[in-house]
Amino acid sequence: MAKSVRAIVIAGNGTNCEREVAFACLSAGANVADIVHIAELISGRIQLKDYHFLNLAGGFLDGDDLGSAKAGANRLTYAKVHGSHNTLRNEIEQFIADGKLVMGVCNGFQLMVKMGLLPAVGGSFGEQTSSLTFNDRGRFEDRWCYLKVDSDSPCIYTKGLESLYLPVRHGEGKFVVDRTETLSQIRSLHLAPVHYSNAECQEPVMEYPLNPNGSLDAIAGICDETGRLFGLMPHPEAYIHRTHHPRWTREPDLPEEGMGLWLYQNAVAFIRNELL
Amino acid sequence: MAWRILVGLKKHIKDARGERVKRNIADHLGIHLTSVKTIDVYTVDAVLSESDVHRAAQGPFSDPVIQNYAINNPLAEDFDVIIEVGYRPGVTDNVGRTAREAIEYLTGRKFAQGEAVYTSVQYLLSGQISTHDAERIARDFLANELIQHWTVVSKSKFDFNRGIAVSIPRVTGATPPEIKTVDIEVSDDELLEISRKGMLALNLEEMRSIQNYFRQDNVKAARKEVGLGAKPTDAELEALAQTWSEHCKHKIFAAQIEYQDEQGNLQIINSLFKSFIVQVTADIRTLREQQDICLSVFKDNAGVIRFNDDWSLVFKVETHNSPSALDPYGGALTGIVGVNRDPFGTGLGARLIFNTDVFCFASPFYNKPLPPRLLHPRRIFEGVVEGVEHGGNKSGVPTVNGSIVFDDRFAGKPLVYCGTAALMPRLVNGQPGHEKRARVKDRIVMVGGRIGKDGIHGATFSSEELHEGSPVTAVQIGDPITQKRMFDFLLIARDRGLYNAITDNGAGGLSSSVGEMAEDTGGFEMHLDRAPLKYKGLQPWEILISEAQERMTLAVPPKKLLEFMKLADEMGVEATDLGEFTASGYFHCLYEKKTLTYLSMDFLHNGVPQMVIPAKWTPPNYADPDVSVPQDLSKTLEKLLGRLNVCSKESVVRRYDHEVQAGTVIKPLVGIANDGPSDAAVIRPLLDSFEGVVVSHGICPRYSDIDTYHMMANAIDEGLRNYVSVGGDVSHVAGLDNFCWCDPVLSEKTPDGPYKAAQLVRANQALYDYCLAYEIPLISGKDSMKNDYMVGETKISIPPTVLFSVIGKINDVRQSISMDVKQPGDLLYLLGLTRDELGGSEYFAMFGEIGNSVPRVDAPTAIKRYRTINRAQLLGLVASCHDLSEGGLGVALAEIAFAGGLGLKVDLRNVDIEGPLRVDHLLFSESASRLLVTVSPRNRSSFEALFESQSCCCIGSVIADKQLDVIGLNGETLMSSQLADLKEAWQRPLREL
Repeated sequence: MAKSVRAIVIAGNGTNCEREVAFACLSAGANVADIVHIAELISGRIQLKDYHFLNLAGGFLDGDDLGSAKAGANRLTYAKVHGSHNTLRNEIEQFIADGKLVMGVCNGFQLMVKMGLLPAVGGSFGEQTSSLTFNDRGRFEDRWCYLKVDSDSPCIYTKGLESLYLPVRHGEGKFVVDRTETLSQIRSLHLAPVHYSNAECQEPVMEYPLNPNGSLDAIAGICDETGRLFGLMPHPEAYIHRTHHPRWTREPDLPEEGMGLWLYQNAVAFIRNELL
Repeated sequence: MAWRILVGLKKHIKDARGERVKRNIADHLGIHLTSVKTIDVYTVDAVLSESDVHRAAQGPFSDPVIQNYAINNPLAEDFDVIIEVGYRPGVTDNVGRTAREAIEYLTGRKFAQGEAVYTSVQYLLSGQISTHDAERIARDFLANELIQHWTVVSKSKFDFNRGIAVSIPRVTGATPPEIKTVDIEVSDDELLEISRKGMLALNLEEMRSIQNYFRQDNVKAARKEVGLGAKPTDAELEALAQTWSEHCKHKIFAAQIEYQDEQGNLQIINSLFKSFIVQVTADIRTLREQQDICLSVFKDNAGVIRFNDDWSLVFKVETHNSPSALDPYGGALTGIVGVNRDPFGTGLGARLIFNTDVFCFASPFYNKPLPPRLLHPRRIFEGVVEGVEHGGNKSGVPTVNGSIVFDDRFAGKPLVYCGTAALMPRLVNGQPGHEKRARVKDRIVMVGGRIGKDGIHGATFSSEELHEGSPVTAVQIGDPITQKRMFDFLLIARDRGLYNAITDNGAGGLSSSVGEMAEDTGGFEMHLDRAPLKYKGLQPWEILISEAQERMTLAVPPKKLLEFMKLADEMGVEATDLGEFTASGYFHCLYEKKTLTYLSMDFLHNGVPQMVIPAKWTPPNYADPDVSVPQDLSKTLEKLLGRLNVCSKESVVRRYDHEVQAGTVIKPLVGIANDGPSDAAVIRPLLDSFEGVVVSHGICPRYSDIDTYHMMANAIDEGLRNYVSVGGDVSHVAGLDNFCWCDPVLSEKTPDGPYKAAQLVRANQALYDYCLAYEIPLISGKDSMKNDYMVGETKISIPPTVLFSVIGKINDVRQSISMDVKQPGDLLYLLGLTRDELGGSEYFAMFGEIGNSVPRVDAPTAIKRYRTINRAQLLGLVASCHDLSEGGLGVALAEIAFAGGLGLKVDLRNVDIEGPLRVDHLLFSESASRLLVTVSPRNRSSFEALFESQSCCCIGSVIADKQLDVIGLNGETLMSSQLADLKEAWQRPLREL
């Protein structure tokens, strides 16, 4: 195959969802979806630059012991790649500069936010302007949520979509910002492609349990201005097939393909059109 | 010097943790505070520059968007009392470990030996609180004095310049390592004293056989050659005590039991385990020949059955009761992380695919005085749930099935059952994945966490009742991340063929893991001074039996050692070569080249004397309950739905990730609002296949009050009936039995031993009878036999309890069935006879009664029904299927209706009953083997044809109106309940827990 879409899923130190994320990439048409342990990247044997689509999967990096993904962000910032002067963070920044795609789900989203990769208004990578903190209820919860998609968002993953239904599974998913300007930029630039909403997926909602964590503006995910970097708390890789849907036994008309797959299909289509 | 970094939330950020603590303090202690805020404290005991400390505080330790930090200065303001809670020396501090690693990345320098980060939390309490209340809050809620220490400071005494004084929980006062010997040429009384003082939990006969062993001339001669005298070393006694502990050796299940039944017939049973458990499995395997699904049973850490041509299924269920009684969070966390290592360490290793949890507690609303040393059931509930939540979620293993059983006798000892299943390749590098064998000259390699004093005497401790002197070291705290790293590494090592055998370090630590693996070769030589320690000061015997968590032991061929160690290093996993497997015939440990233990492998493993236990069965007889038919059965049903054993456990279920790995097809919560109670879980472990695993369980300790034979029969039936409800294939199924008993051995403390032993015999008889009738081979199991609480004159014994777990297969998950009703117009069928069987029922319990008519299981009829329902499911005739259990027909009707968001019209005159039956008994009888099924009218004739000549009655239909309408035996309207009311009654009790 001359031109193949190559996805990578970083694993290790507490990631949990790498297998299903890789499966989602393949189901969406990626030719390669490698699960790569972070030690392989640090050793330099496997290089990020050989891929188009970087997936940061859900889990509990280092147990989320210093706050979700904090220790994980610290590792990427300081861990040196053998035989190079770069840290993994430098390599990710180069990956982004090359116009490639990064999607973080749940712990991966927390990681992107805490590394300052999202929303990174004006391309200001590195400065953390928002965060994800403890759910208002103070507890981990596994629950399916309705999401309204902002069709004006530059997010390439949600292009053409109106609504989604996906599970959240987290204890630290409440989106907050450092100051009101950050929020107004997110709003005016449409950097929040997905919002927790009512069952009709019409309006963002603040009420529990529809909004499971009390996120500001009911924000469930954030992208950067290019739309190529995207992170969200709900798990798209958890709804790839109809049997993932919690009510598939009572909704015979559900399509075979799950809604989460659409995000990966959009990513693969973007790579085929723009990067190959 | 030690630095203190304090991290707190900015003023405008909600402190969700603090608010939860505030609510809990009100609920648990009745102390109402105006606010609780929290501050995380990192005490960094390492040589660092000031700028590095600032970078750490700014970077990994705090979040600039939501938090502030201070270094060596207090952060606290606006409070009335501040309480700081930290760990005691030597207690696992997971956050501290991560914090240390973060600083190491940041500075590029590893911490030196003795350097560490210790974490603690400050709680800032506001409101009117006396010093006495503050102490209570610290002692009875925030901290657990077994593992934590605390400081309480009121605002007036708080030093706003320096904060709370630094305290470093470094392990100190180490005595130099030493090998001691013990003189056992002493009187019987003194032998017992040695056992008691040393926490060896060995009885006189066992002590005497040890004495006899050391008296033998050939033993003396062999010892002399390795430089040992005739007296055993401390390590040798410890190794024997651990290997011979009830926990490891199952002495009660291996005992000779003299059983006398109610007619006075005497039967001698040589090992319950061999006579019933092993035997029934062997008989079924013979019976089924080609259809036998068992691959590895009773010999490894977990049982293994066939899944398909390429994969095998591994399953194990454990209990972690005693540790959970002492430290509910740590005990339960360790329970789940610990049972994870069992399937992982089976055969050549397996990837974990799901967890199950079953808890038995006293009511969280218990309001009577508690005997000393017992934690309040609510605290146990919260701690255990949180421990399993952290253990399961952080390990990335979905928790898919479980239940919570309430009975106030579990105040004496809560039961915490944790199960884990895994998927194993049929072949690993051409070898059967479920087989393993250490070879002579293989290296003994320990992998994972380091060794501390954690859990020393855990194995012997769980073989004892809870008493005043229960040791602090009996509690361990699991570390899911260290374990996850180890598992990531080991799966790669397995697939590269880098080891010959693997096993878990659980109870008994290295002594047990190496001792058992060495049975393959007939001996080993291990150098304990090479083992990596958490801190200095462990005695050699402590290294040998420590139960420090997250460790596996492997047999690595010498040729592969280098590659194995290199991979471990690269993946950040500690691995240590401790010695080699030999054919010497000896359990040989050394410390700094001096022999520490030299025990014959044969004596160690086979030398324990068989116990003889008397058992006498006298059936109890209770008063027949004098309860008249309630006037308003709707209200009665609501009350039953709100009983703790019946009500919704959603608040707990949602705290477990039940969908990670993206394979959960039938989730624990189902129905129109994703909140109905599923009967069983269906998992698709391979994302590119529709073959599924089905898992369920049965547990009914209430019936033990009448007859444990029927308790066991009902537990097996309940497990299988839950399994079949969702579509599990009854021809591809296996079972696991986990016994939790109260001490059944006659002694001064246990004068009713013969009755309890008879209960044990009867449960085993039923286990044999019903597994055979259902053709469910047993593949693994466990027993925990000392679930009593005894302090002073107070004794609380749990009701004899067996968790029967069921695992099997569904060929295509798209054919699985959920319990919620689906369509108005669908017909409602009740399969199975309803009898006047309310003995031990939830309905009788509601009136404080037990009764005598315990449900009896008619196995031949039941298995026929289950096979037929499988056929109906495969033909697509079944819209919903739900089992009837606690609360009988009434509860099941309500559940399927509100789960589906549709009403039911039911005519009780059509129920298939045996003999005359009062209407309340008809509604709430717990007769076994019954299922409620809805069927589309177009499938009516095919469905009824399948069940021709079986008990199958159409008792009503699904209606669009959201109500449960029931017509009574005389054609009258017996009940007309709104679904919303029924659901509210069912959801309310535990909603906020």
